[in-house]
Amino acid sequence: MTTQISVPAAVDTRDPLVIADREFGSRLIMGTGGAPSLHILEEALLASGTEMTTVAMRRVAPSTQGSVWDVLRRNGIQPLPNTAGCFTTTDALRTARMAREALETNWVKLEVVADERTLLPDPVELLDAAERLVDDGFIVLPYTNDDPILARRLEQLGCAAVMPLGSPIGSGLGIRNPHNIELIVEQAGVPVILDAGIGTASEAALAMELGCDAVLLASAVTRAQEPMLMASAMRDAVTAGRRARLAGRIPVRRYAEASSPTPD
Amino acid sequence: MDVIINGERRDMAPHTTVADVVRSLTEENSGIAVAVNDEVVPKAAWAGTTVTENDRVDVLTAVQGG
Repeated sequence: MTTQISVPAAVDTRDPLVIADREFGSRLIMGTGGAPSLHILEEALLASGTEMTTVAMRRVAPSTQGSVWDVLRRNGIQPLPNTAGCFTTTDALRTARMAREALETNWVKLEVVADERTLLPDPVELLDAAERLVDDGFIVLPYTNDDPILARRLEQLGCAAVMPLGSPIGSGLGIRNPHNIELIVEQAGVPVILDAGIGTASEAALAMELGCDAVLLASAVTRAQEPMLMASAMRDAVTAGRRARLAGRIPVRRYAEASSPTPD
Repeated sequence: MDVIINGERRDMAPHTTVADVVRSLTEENSGIAVAVNDEVVPKAAWAGTTVTENDRVDVLTAVQGG
């Protein structure tokens, strides 16, 4: 005999991620860097169930075959252009404006990094760029340090979400400071998206258990030995972590608490 | 007439438009943005915008990354 387990409808069907009044059924935002081919990328994106995916802007190269923009369009995935590779406010503004024109969206994943070795956000340039882009009518999703105060400042400037890193881009080090992520979540009035550093499914689930509203990852999937399989693992992990967060975990105890009745 | 297109100096005919520059690089015209001397040129203005000597023309598209 099989038992039907009913998952509360509120969890399964009506728990959208809402950013700037737009609803997303999936809480997994994908990146596109590192995939061995466009075909493998497309398979992985579909397996991940993502509804929004970030892309970089670069000079047109005549040799380029196929287009990531076509992949997103034919699968109905919202493009989230990013400013990867920008080190200054000026670079980021230029790239964001070009992306808005090319991809016909005013959404931008704002990245302003300090150096190539760490790819850590430069907080001073980031705040400046965020303010100018918000003023220019962009929906700004900034990639930021796991610094609660910086996250608060970005929200105050009008960013539509904050995206703290778990650890450096592409490192697979997971979430190095879960306490800071919790502090950011506690105070945030906009969605918190864990961005960068995720290496495997348990880390994506942890991000959601800590209270993040979504996870953004690329390398963990695109550089996995089986990208499509890892994409489906991430999809499940984000869902599982979200449900666990909503369910409310038991308190951690130092000693055992019997789960069976005491013997007579 | 020398024009710097995506960082490379190229000899272009007089009265070359932004639309001509794009066509010389790619057959695509969606998902593309153009800036001349760092100012974005909207797609609707490509055919009517001519480039001049030593202009820097950047033609960008979405790629995998980030």
